[in-house]
Amino acid sequence: MMDTFDLLAILIKVVAVFAIILVLIIASIIAERRVAGFMQYRLGPNRVGPLGFFQPFADALKFLLKEDIIPDQVNRPLYLLAPVITMIPAFMTFAVIPFGAPLEIAGRTVALQVADLNIGVLYILALTSVGVYGLVLAGWSSGSKYPLLGGLRSSAQLISYELAMGLAIIGIIMISGGLTLTEIVAHQQATSWNFWKQPLAALIFLVAMYAETNRLPFDLTEAEQELVGGYHTEYSSFKFMMFFMSEYSNMITASAFMVCLFFGGWDIPFVDEAALGNLGVILSVLAFFAKVVGFLFLYILVRWTLPRFRYDQLMRLGWKVLLPLGLLNVFVVGLWMAVTA
Amino acid sequence: MATVVKTYEPRFWDRIYIVAIAQGLLITLGRIFRRKDTIRYPEERHVPPQGYRGLHRLNKHEDGRIKCVACEMCQTACPAHCIDIEPSAAPWEEGEERYPVKFDIDLLRCIYCGFCEIACPKDAIELTEIYDFSAYARDDLVIDMDGLLKVYDLTKDGNVYERHNRGEIIEVPITR
Amino acid sequence: MTSILFYIFAVFVLGAGLFVVLNRNPIYSVVGLVFAFMNLAAMYFLLEAYFIGILQVLIYAGAIMVLFLFVVMLLNVQPDKPRPGLVHLDRWWYALMALVFVGVFLVLVGEGTRMLLTSPAGEAIQTGNVASVGEALFTQYLLPFEIASLLLTVALVGTVFLAKRKV
Repeated sequence: MMDTFDLLAILIKVVAVFAIILVLIIASIIAERRVAGFMQYRLGPNRVGPLGFFQPFADALKFLLKEDIIPDQVNRPLYLLAPVITMIPAFMTFAVIPFGAPLEIAGRTVALQVADLNIGVLYILALTSVGVYGLVLAGWSSGSKYPLLGGLRSSAQLISYELAMGLAIIGIIMISGGLTLTEIVAHQQATSWNFWKQPLAALIFLVAMYAETNRLPFDLTEAEQELVGGYHTEYSSFKFMMFFMSEYSNMITASAFMVCLFFGGWDIPFVDEAALGNLGVILSVLAFFAKVVGFLFLYILVRWTLPRFRYDQLMRLGWKVLLPLGLLNVFVVGLWMAVTA
Repeated sequence: MATVVKTYEPRFWDRIYIVAIAQGLLITLGRIFRRKDTIRYPEERHVPPQGYRGLHRLNKHEDGRIKCVACEMCQTACPAHCIDIEPSAAPWEEGEERYPVKFDIDLLRCIYCGFCEIACPKDAIELTEIYDFSAYARDDLVIDMDGLLKVYDLTKDGNVYERHNRGEIIEVPITR
Repeated sequence: MTSILFYIFAVFVLGAGLFVVLNRNPIYSVVGLVFAFMNLAAMYFLLEAYFIGILQVLIYAGAIMVLFLFVVMLLNVQPDKPRPGLVHLDRWWYALMALVFVGVFLVLVGEGTRMLLTSPAGEAIQTGNVASVGEALFTQYLLPFEIASLLLTVALVGTVFLAKRKV
């Protein structure tokens, strides 16, 4: 069943995916700061290395060398556990995302995906919901008011927007007839991108995605101006870096998820990847990551354009706008399927 | 006259925000490609406008003698009492009979008002455009006569920062 | 391999369960319960019931326990202080409840074992995936499903009514 080839393939894929995520995290950190600078007629960090590309490494070094302060009032075990709980799901989620067409090596096919679970979509949703614990526990265990408020906000916000996100995904699952991301991508390849079929679902998903990753305009859990950083106010040095990296990792996974669900995954429009052989595989991987980078750029663009929502506005948008719209979307898709079937 | 208050009635397209958000995103996107205002400080330096009052200098005659006659007008005019002059008989035969042996300015006390410039009958003290001087100790920011004369040498050939930005490397040696 | 993993997860589940019951700090208990649910999900995975396992994580660990944590944090429940004396009325009440639970538990375990021993092998393998669950839910158990959904809707409306008197 499993021979050396398969084991080796899995090992290489795990390492490769991990490396890709790390590279993307580093790239998006520097891109975030430089693009923010450009938008404000500034240059952004440009001193460390060529064009400032080594700035994230300098930052990481700084985090490692800084004193790790554990305040007196914290609940020690949970305070130490919280960053780990945030980070592990953030890195695990990418496992089910197919990032390229199946590769042919020595007459065997290797799926470019770490694990093809038959419940891939639910796996991502489940792990994101587990990630909430890190934020909530960090907020509570810090034993301080601002983090507590941040933690409470995050739990309510993430649960609320998970509903809208789930409803947006249900429409996609209905038309592709499978819960694995491979099936969803294959269905889009056979027909057309889901974005053209369900733009409403794509919009709902996009908004919910920003709320789930705690990014502006929904970064109420951090909210520097009102909550002094929210759940990670009391964290310093390496533990802060773990929160920081999980946030970026979540952004990457969310972008990849969005690409798989609505923008054809690794599909290149008007090109038959299978006909090109392994060259097509490489092109498909590039296409996938180009799309992901596009969404990461959108994240940055939105962050430096839109102001933060107020908490009641956030809840109103989630429950009174996105949820009914999501239900409407499911209903319309169901109706359409019933009529055409 | 009654004032007509125009109230803003959001229309449907305004209410769903999507168009407005897209417009906003386009604005920020466009700004990425505009010219940047950043001055990369140590390499590029801001050129202050004409009449900027920065570091002081003591002017010299053509032959290198100091113009100052140690009349202490500037010291009297100074509202911050930052100038300290010690006069003496001039060592040279022709020209002015007095000159300063000590001319200290406490740059931390100075408020850069330029009264000393106005008070000076010999046009000996002037304020230059130099703004970036700093030191690790308070004592190092008391400039003496040598320093003030060096500033004259540095600034007599035009704006220091313009010359710096043109690539003529200029260090700013001010303090002791 | 599978059985070793099973025993590891089983030990974790039982350990976490004991931690939940024996701990005096409610927040630790909630975290312990989440950990127990995670290991339970892992055991479902071992049984190749991925759908049930992921629902365990998604619904219990991901949503219900977050609400638990939310409530415990909001009420700021203090760790329970031990109360002295065996004759305290509460103690006898707790003991009675514990006995009832043990009885129910024993009956369930006995019934489960009997069904496990009598049912033919290999039939259970397909019950864990999405298609079979969905099919069972919308054909065989359609009425209970609809009743449950109606009940949930009523509960939802009731909550809104209680929370917001003036609508």
